Amino acid sequence: MKIRLTSLFALVIALLAAPLFAQERPVIELDINGGMIEPMNIALASFIPETDGAGDYAANIASVIASDLTGTGLFREIPSTAHIARVDSIDASIEFGDWRAINAQLLVIGAVATGSNGELTVKFRLYDAVTQREIGSDVQLAGSQGQWRRMAHKLADTIYTRLTGQGGYFDSRVVFVAESGPKDARLKRLAVMDYDGANLQYLTDDAALVLAPRFAPNGREILYTSYENGLPQVFLLDVDTGQREVLLADAQNMSFAPRFAPDGLSVVMSSSDGGNTDIYRVDLASRATTRLTNDGSIDTAPSFSPDGSQIVFESDRGGSQQLYVMPANGGEAVRISFGEGRYATPVWSPRGDLIAFTKIMGGRFHIGVMRPDGSGERLLTESFLDEAPTWAPNGRVLMFFRETSGENGAPQIYSVDLSGRTLRMVPTAGSFASDPAWSGLLR
Amino acid sequence: MNVIKSAMLALSVLAMAACQNGGPFGNRGGADGADGAAGANGAIEESSLEYFNERIGDTIQFQVDQSTVTDAGQTVLDAQIAWLRQYPDRMILIEGHADEQGTREYNLALGARRAASVRNYMVSQGILESRISVVSYGKERPLAVCSTEECWSRNRRAVTVVSGGMGA
Repeated sequence: MKIRLTSLFALVIALLAAPLFAQERPVIELDINGGMIEPMNIALASFIPETDGAGDYAANIASVIASDLTGTGLFREIPSTAHIARVDSIDASIEFGDWRAINAQLLVIGAVATGSNGELTVKFRLYDAVTQREIGSDVQLAGSQGQWRRMAHKLADTIYTRLTGQGGYFDSRVVFVAESGPKDARLKRLAVMDYDGANLQYLTDDAALVLAPRFAPNGREILYTSYENGLPQVFLLDVDTGQREVLLADAQNMSFAPRFAPDGLSVVMSSSDGGNTDIYRVDLASRATTRLTNDGSIDTAPSFSPDGSQIVFESDRGGSQQLYVMPANGGEAVRISFGEGRYATPVWSPRGDLIAFTKIMGGRFHIGVMRPDGSGERLLTESFLDEAPTWAPNGRVLMFFRETSGENGAPQIYSVDLSGRTLRMVPTAGSFASDPAWSGLLR
Repeated sequence: MNVIKSAMLALSVLAMAACQNGGPFGNRGGADGADGAAGANGAIEESSLEYFNERIGDTIQFQVDQSTVTDAGQTVLDAQIAWLRQYPDRMILIEGHADEQGTREYNLALGARRAASVRNYMVSQGILESRISVVSYGKERPLAVCSTEECWSRNRRAVTVVSGGMGA
């Protein structure tokens, strides 16, 4: 099976103006502490089709941008039926009074052109309708028509970044486990999709159980666990060619919970030897294995700090599942979780400032975050079973899966921001879905 | 295949529960239960997979988050061991399982502990380690699908799957 994940080499970004960030304070202060924030009213004027074939692209691109922005919970879109003004040219002067009359605080205008060889060009401008000033300068994206969705996400990322001062996350993908069948005979296969559920593709069939895929930093390879050979083993999948291989061909032991190092050159995972699960590091070039933990407890779910110097993992060495941090080459581990309940599946934020985790307390599951020293713990979700957080590329949003209880219980993927208020189900083409892993921003 | 196996396991648990009511049985103790059932269902060949799974019981259960074999579990394992001694060409795969009240990776490790716990006991009783392989399914293959302790207790289990030497 040949899969092309992100081979969009043709996507050319022409940022006509260099500074992506406004010099002044961000228009929106992204709240990461759970306070209330009032969404800003944003209007997207109908994008202007500059060529005959551009009409559908113009409408669809504006729609995806609006969906990206409103999905953050930071923006409220003013529907086009309420618009008074029409924008006929990307360079026309703006009738701000007409936009203020419908309470628009932000205004996006855009224009789309198609070329005879399948090209697509999109331009946009962003305005603060209150101060009547342009935010940043106009941007032009050029790509192929098949890439219209990615172009829309890139524009939305640019808008988000200009308004919040934070990196974007819309032009990204998610690899996950698509599930089907009854609870006691579930079929699982790897699938990948855009962060918003579009462009879903299956990467494996459902002949063998597969678990917990993880993107390589370059997005071209995926680590996952498969029962293809009868026992759980870590596999490496080349996304472009569809080729897959067992990471450690000679290993007799069960291995699982793999993750790439930030430089992509090594892998941490756990392996069970005689019933005892410890953490190992595998050099990808040589496949040489180094044991990082060595005790009788369950040590699993390792995740690197973004600078590659430390590993956070879970261990029951103290009697119950808790989070520990150790140097990336092993050594003394320091416990960082001290609250009530059990802590599992720690994942270091790509920004380095937080660690997300699953917490089991009083028979309920939560997704939460804490600082790497264990301070500032906050729980963002609660349900019968919330598990396995994964960070958006900007470290400000998480995906995880939520499984319902009972004989018809099944998992779906959700996203939640760090305020804990913007909780949304991510569509996965109608199938059950678990174990999401977010890519970095696409290139 | 997995569907078939699940159905088989469900049967075996019922059979096991029935046997356990008859009290512990040693090397040949299973014959009591076997005779009783044989009267209704016809004789089951003692060397058969069916006999092992249903009369002896292929499954033992564990306490929450524990991998120590319980007294009841040890009784079943002793009967399994007696059978394995009698049919030394049989190989076994021990599956460790966990209930759904844990995270995926931890449950894989917990299932590995449970499977190893059974293996270690069998080896301590003289079963050759080379006859035994182990696998953990964590919470991936529940036997019972409700979300109450009644089902969870059945899912915290180790299953002895017999293979090899079945050509007779």
